Amino acid sequence: MVNYRRQDLDRVFATLADPTRRAILARLAQEESLSISALAKPFSIKLPAVMKHLDVLGAAGLIERSKHGRTVDVRLSPAPLRGATEWLRRYERFWSPALDRLAAHAERKEAAARAAEAKARSR
Amino acid sequence: MRRLTLVRRIAARPSIVFEAMTTTEGVAAWWGPEDVPIVSAEIDARVGGAYRIRFRTLDGREHEASGEYLELEPPRRIVMSYRYSLGGEPEEEGRTSRVEIDLAPIAGGTELTFNHAELASEVSEKSHAWGWGGAFDKLVRHFATEEPT
Repeated sequence: MVNYRRQDLDRVFATLADPTRRAILARLAQEESLSISALAKPFSIKLPAVMKHLDVLGAAGLIERSKHGRTVDVRLSPAPLRGATEWLRRYERFWSPALDRLAAHAERKEAAARAAEAKARSR
Repeated sequence: MRRLTLVRRIAARPSIVFEAMTTTEGVAAWWGPEDVPIVSAEIDARVGGAYRIRFRTLDGREHEASGEYLELEPPRRIVMSYRYSLGGEPEEEGRTSRVEIDLAPIAGGTELTFNHAELASEVSEKSHAWGWGGAFDKLVRHFATEEPT
């Protein structure tokens, strides 16, 4: 796993905070690649505005653009998203088994407490 | 904001779960990586009090989790700051994160909700306010299931 630097991750999260940019990424996640005009079609904003969003996405490394003749194709570049999810996965691997052990420990304590309470009642 | 949420239903009353999370004996029984013995646990479970838990892995490296108790409401809620270091080197560039534990009584025991979140930086605060929406979650799930290339 590549180690993504903190500033890169902050940039990815900031980039994803915009709903239009999230919608662009969601669309690219379904299609292999799209031309810029095909990508802009479902949005109610003008092409230059879409281009600006693509610049932000490109700067965060979330998309790749390639020129084919007169059209520019856009495709998703998922590596920075993996970096963003790695933080969550790392802590899940750490905490999930620990909480299972906590549950087992507390359940043993509960059983012991109930046994002690039953004994006290029967006295 | 990056936040990990885990939920467990435990067949033990909240006061017992609370004690397991706030005493040296309790914490020594479960905290830390799997099969890694705890070297020491110092726990001062009062608001403003500190905890420090150390483990040593088979490779001889020492791990340390530490922080302060920010909220303690027995037997319902624990909030603590969290730092981690490995071999004396702080992880996450020495940043402090936040662990919140809520214990709700349910029939036959306790529902534990565990949250581990980054402390809000300017960026994560903004993005939190704007709301992530379902699209982001779907995207993350999509890539989380893919093997890294």
